[in-house]
Amino acid sequence: MTTTSPATQTGVHQLPARPGWPDATGHFGIFGGRFVPEALIAALDELTEAYEAMRVDPAFLTEFDRLQRDYTGRPSPVTEVPRFAEHAGGARILLKREDLNHTGSHKINNVLGQALLTKRIGKSRVIAETGAGQHGVATATAAALMGLSCTVYMGEEDTRRQALNVARMRLLGAEVIPVTTGSRTLKDAINEAFRDWVTNVETTNYVFGTVAGPHPFPAMVRDFQRVIGDEAREQVLEREGRLPDAVLACVGGGSNAIGIFTAFVPDDGVRLVGLEAGGDGVDTGRHAATITGGTPGVLHGARSYLLQDDNGQTTESHSISAGLDYPGVGPEHSYLHDIGRAEYRAVTDAEAMEAFALLCRTEGIIPAIESAHALAGAMALGRELGPDTLLLVNLSGRGDKDVETASQWFGLGDREEVDPGPGLDTDQQPTEGAVSNDEAVAGQDAGETA
Amino acid sequence: MSALAGRIAAAKAEGRAALIAYLPVGHPSVEESITAMVAAVEGGADVVEIGVPYSDPGMDGPVIQQAVDVAVRAGVGMTDVLRAVAAVAGAGAVPVVMSYWNPIERYGVERFAADLAAAGGAGAITPDLIPDEAAGWLTASREHDLDRVFLVAPSSTDARLRSTTAACRGFVYAASTMGVTGTRATVSEAAEKLVSRTRAAAPELAVCVGLGVSDGSQAAEVAAFADGVIVGSAYVRELLEGRGADGVRALSRDLAQGVRT
Repeated sequence: MTTTSPATQTGVHQLPARPGWPDATGHFGIFGGRFVPEALIAALDELTEAYEAMRVDPAFLTEFDRLQRDYTGRPSPVTEVPRFAEHAGGARILLKREDLNHTGSHKINNVLGQALLTKRIGKSRVIAETGAGQHGVATATAAALMGLSCTVYMGEEDTRRQALNVARMRLLGAEVIPVTTGSRTLKDAINEAFRDWVTNVETTNYVFGTVAGPHPFPAMVRDFQRVIGDEAREQVLEREGRLPDAVLACVGGGSNAIGIFTAFVPDDGVRLVGLEAGGDGVDTGRHAATITGGTPGVLHGARSYLLQDDNGQTTESHSISAGLDYPGVGPEHSYLHDIGRAEYRAVTDAEAMEAFALLCRTEGIIPAIESAHALAGAMALGRELGPDTLLLVNLSGRGDKDVETASQWFGLGDREEVDPGPGLDTDQQPTEGAVSNDEAVAGQDAGETA
Repeated sequence: MSALAGRIAAAKAEGRAALIAYLPVGHPSVEESITAMVAAVEGGADVVEIGVPYSDPGMDGPVIQQAVDVAVRAGVGMTDVLRAVAAVAGAGAVPVVMSYWNPIERYGVERFAADLAAAGGAGAITPDLIPDEAAGWLTASREHDLDRVFLVAPSSTDARLRSTTAACRGFVYAASTMGVTGTRATVSEAAEKLVSRTRAAAPELAVCVGLGVSDGSQAAEVAAFADGVIVGSAYVRELLEGRGADGVRALSRDLAQGVRT
């Protein structure tokens, strides 16, 4: 394992060029826009105006850079993982280490920006939705740092799957409200957060966690997350003298993917690959692969691909990863898909968990299960493209929060001797289905009901 | 000619505000919800807002969420909604559909407008569709001579009050408080101010007030300054608490009394 020394110096901030989208009213082609009650329009206009002023304000940029450097620990390094890459057809794999950020994921990049914006518009309270808990933890962290009161909405189902992050948020002084409506996951947490916002909009700012939602959230969150790709592009060029052949990231709402993709969008030779949560398999209907298995529609304030039935009702998504378990996706991903600039593939729970275990045992890195979907995508793409292909993977978060889920998946908790599990013996090529289907299903059920 | 504007003008000619009742299709069942809508009309509702069930009703409070959830899980869709439209028209009230945008988009905007007009519907209220995003609906509703009801809120700027009311036909829905649907002990003071600001922006358009009205005395209070009084959660609660069509009819009588005082 080799680690690149920090290549990017966060000095005077140079504003990178934005892509040619969205338009002034937040549309990415036919996607995006604002599908919200009129009562929220004034707040969205206020946010848009304040954000557009703030993003070119030198005082803000200096403060934002300082926080990213001194508090988050940016730039995050790029790590080559050759022992893991032995299982990827001889491709070389570089990881962008967002797992090493303060709070353990890329989510902190966005919340520091939005928390500064909250203070700038004179509001004293922030609310957030969270799925895996990473965005909730990041928001609670930024609120503590900046003296804001903080309420986090989290589906009751997710509070059980991610109990560690619930405790972290409460330690940080946030109020965590378990949401018991609908499917009791991220989708319903977003509904509750919008209801809170429309009621308390005079004092409260909604710190949205991903590149979805009504304008300006998709563009604003992209701007705050694009530091991932801006750094990584420079780091890869410096160490390799060339760009990667492909950039891979997991996609739930899609903020870490947009974060690493944006800098590479103008580089036509670089493939952009988003890995969606395939759950039990897209053909089973139990998945969260919104672009792969969904259709365009309107959800949570924007037009984008979503999982819906013939009546236009949002259908429930399924994924072992709480952070990807969302039936919608950011509108920019829908646009990148439709114009053919990015491709989206589904990774099943079993494939993601195989990659998860492999990275743990070959490189000493426990990834978030979300990020493990991107790792699985890299293993498959590496085998397709062959030796010497250079793949850049966004390791969007660390897996501490997932230890319980992984233990249940691999049956580690109730055994004296630990079964090495899939891909753990690195002298052999990983075998498909190393975890039998029966075990896999049992493990997942245990994970959801624990 | 706008069916909604006509009915609200007729109420005004009687020296009163119009009573607009909301009920979602499919709670507790499609048949019972249609019976309840007819009962609301028998009790004195001038207009029935026929709610399209939706899985993510972001503007609704717990009472309506609970009822709509039942309908969503039962698979209630636009065909059932159109049946309710015809029944309400048959009972002598003006039917207007209330729908979040995605069920209409999924059904097909043009197809929805054609089928709604054929069923005798006056038009649609679209709580999460602002005129800025409504190009398809503006075209289809004009094509089929349907009313378009958009919302204004206390937070709307004067410029938005003008542009939103300009896109409306039938009436404009004044969401009286910043918040979600649900009964409240007192009518928000913001409501009267919003109505007067909206009137200034669009003197010719009827302004109907929703969010928080639950009984005859609150209806009377709102009727003093608005052209129509919209009641939702209080009707739904009659069904949730098992009082059925009789409860709905009695509530309509109380509210109808209110809009006449």
